[in-house]
Amino acid sequence: MRIELEKRPGGSRLFSFLSPLLATLLTVVFGGIMFWLLGKDPVDALYSFFIEPLLEVWSLHELAIKAGPLILIGVGLSVCYRSNNWNIGAEGQFIVGAIAGSILPVVFFEWHSPLVLPLMLVMGAIGGALYAGVVALLKAHFNTNEILTSLMLVYMAQLFLDWLVRGPWRNPQGMNFPETRTFAPEAVLPPIMEASGRAHWSFVFAIVAAFLVWFMMRFTLKGFEVTVLGQSARAGRFAGFSSRRMIWFSMLLSGALAGFAGIAEVSGSIGHLQPTISPGYGFTAIIVAFLGRLNPLGIIASGLVLALTYLGGEAAQLSIGVSDKVTRVFQGLLLFFVLSCDTLIHYRIRLVLDRARNLIDGGAK
Amino acid sequence: MILEAILLTVITAATPLVIAALGELVTERAGVLNLGVEGMMIMGAVGAFAATQLTGSPYVGVVAGILCGGLFSLLFGFLTLTLVANQVATGLALTLLGLGASGMLGEGFVGAPGIKLQPIALPFLSDIPFLGPVLFRQDIIFYMSLALVVGVNWFLFRSRTGLKVRAIGDNHGSAHALGIHVIRTRYLAVLFGGACAGLAGAQLSLIYTPQWVENMTAGRGWIALALVVFASWRPWRVLAGGYLFGAVSIGQLHAQAMGVGIPSQFLSALPYAATIVVLIIISHNRRTTLINTPASLGKAFVPDR
Repeated sequence: MRIELEKRPGGSRLFSFLSPLLATLLTVVFGGIMFWLLGKDPVDALYSFFIEPLLEVWSLHELAIKAGPLILIGVGLSVCYRSNNWNIGAEGQFIVGAIAGSILPVVFFEWHSPLVLPLMLVMGAIGGALYAGVVALLKAHFNTNEILTSLMLVYMAQLFLDWLVRGPWRNPQGMNFPETRTFAPEAVLPPIMEASGRAHWSFVFAIVAAFLVWFMMRFTLKGFEVTVLGQSARAGRFAGFSSRRMIWFSMLLSGALAGFAGIAEVSGSIGHLQPTISPGYGFTAIIVAFLGRLNPLGIIASGLVLALTYLGGEAAQLSIGVSDKVTRVFQGLLLFFVLSCDTLIHYRIRLVLDRARNLIDGGAK
Repeated sequence: MILEAILLTVITAATPLVIAALGELVTERAGVLNLGVEGMMIMGAVGAFAATQLTGSPYVGVVAGILCGGLFSLLFGFLTLTLVANQVATGLALTLLGLGASGMLGEGFVGAPGIKLQPIALPFLSDIPFLGPVLFRQDIIFYMSLALVVGVNWFLFRSRTGLKVRAIGDNHGSAHALGIHVIRTRYLAVLFGGACAGLAGAQLSLIYTPQWVENMTAGRGWIALALVVFASWRPWRVLAGGYLFGAVSIGQLHAQAMGVGIPSQFLSALPYAATIVVLIIISHNRRTTLINTPASLGKAFVPDR
C-alpha cells in the first residue's frame, strides 16, 4: 500500500478551515492514548487537561495571561513566515525586550512618573526590534541563514539576562536571590478587571495587534508585498518590491512585537527580572503561528489553544499526577498534526493498494 | 601532560558535533533540510541513557541511541517526503517534540548516576608516546566518528550511489527522469542523518557528561547544522570545523576555571557567538554559497504521474 498525492488546483477552501480543527482533534486523541499508556484514565486526564482550566474565572484570567504573549509573538512571526523569513529567535527578542523595558524601573527606580509605563513598553518594543535587527542585518547584508543566527541569539540573550540578574542588576536588598529590585507600582502593567483575577492589559494589546496586522495583510499594499515576496521573490522583484527591505520590515516588526510581549509579561505578571522569564513562549508561538494558518485572526484562536496546553499541564500535574512536561509533548504533537493536515489543503491523498491496480487506473485515464 | 588533557577534552566536545553534522550533511546532499537535529540528538541521548540504565551495558545504550534518532527522523521523513509538508516547519516541530518528549521520558532518570562508556586501547598504537593516549585510547564513538568522515567522503564522491544522492540533491526533477528513486533515497538519507544525530546524543549522555539532564544538548544540534554550512557540504571540512568548535567550547570552560575576570555567562556565550561569526565569514560571498549549496535543498518533490 502506498500513499499518493494528487495536486488540487487552487487548494481546498474547506480544508483550510478544517485542517487546524482536525489537527487539534488528532492531538487530543493521541494525547488520550498517551495518558492511557501512562496508566491514567484517558477521559479523566483529558478532562482535567483541556476542560477543567476553563471552568473557573481565575483560571480564565490565567489563560489570558498566557495567551497574550503567544498571540503577540505569533502575529509577528506570521508576517515573517509569510514573507519567507524564518525568524525562530522570538524567545531571544522577548528576553531582550524585557531587559530593555526594565532599564527604567531597575536602573532609574527613583524616577516616579506616569510616563514610566508607556516608556517602558516602547523601550521593550525597540529592544526586541533591535535584537531582531541583528538577524536582519546579517541576512540582508551578509547572506547568513536567519534560522541559525536568530537561534544562536536566543542562547546569548538568555546568558546575558542571567548575567544581569546575578551581577549588576541584582537587588541589593534581595538576600542574594538572582532577581532585580521589584518594579514600583507605576511600572506595573495594570490588570483589566482587578476584581476577578490577574489578567493584565497584555492580552488586550495582543488582540489589537492581531487586528492591526490582519488589516495590514488584507487591505494594504505592504501586506500584498509580504505575500508576493513570500510566494515568489522573483515575481516580487518584477513588481518593484525589494526582498532586502522585506527582510528588515518583517524582522523588525516581529522583533518589536516579541519585545513588547517580553516587557508586558515582566511588568504585568512577574514584577521583576529573574534568570527565567518565559516558559518558552517564543518557541511555542511558532506553533501558534502555524496552527492559526499564519492568519492574525486565526492566531488569536490558536494562541488561546496553546495557552490552554500550559494551564492543562499544570492542572493535570495537580489533579492526576502526570508531569507538567506533557505540555511540551502536546505542543510538539500539535505542530506535527497541523503540518500533516495542511497537506490536505493542497493535495488529494489517495491510498494505492497495489501496483497493478495503479496501472489499470493509469490506463483507463 | 596538560596539553594531552586539553586535547582529550577537545576531542570529547568535538565528536558529537562532527557525527551529527556528518549525518545532516548526507541528508542535505540529498536535498532535504532537516532542522530537527537538536530533537533527534536529544532523543538519542535519552534513549541511550535509559537503555544503559535498564541493561547496565553502555554498548546497548549506543545502539539504542542510534535507533531512537533514526526512528525519530522517520517521522520527519513521513511528513516532508510523503506528505510534502514544509521542511523548515517540520524540522522545527521535530526539535520541539524531541525536547518535550525526552523531558518526559527522561524524568525518572534525572539524578541517576550514569555509566560511562569506557575507552578501548588499540594494541601497539596506544603505546605511541603522546599520540597513543590522545588518539588510540579512546571510546568506540570517537573511532566511529573518524570512520564516518572517511566513509561518508568515500560514499558521496567515490561511489555510484553517492553520485545518485548528490544528483537528487542538485536537481530532483532530472534525477527522477533518469529513473533514480528520489523519495526512497531521500528516506534513507534522512534515516542516516537521524541515526548519526542519535549516536551524537548517545555520546553526550554516555561520555561527555554521563548522566541525564533535561535539554542537555544545549544547542549542539543547531551548531551541527551551522557546521554543515561552514563545511560547504564537504565531510573533511566538517571534521576541521567540529574540532574548531570543540576547541572554542573547551577553551571557554578552561578560561572559566582559571577565572580570567570575564563573567562566566559571556564565556559560555562564546560558542554561539563563534557560530554567528563563522556563518558570516562563510556566507557573505553569495556566489560561492550558491555554488556549494545543493540546488534542490529544502524544496518539496512530488513525482508527476
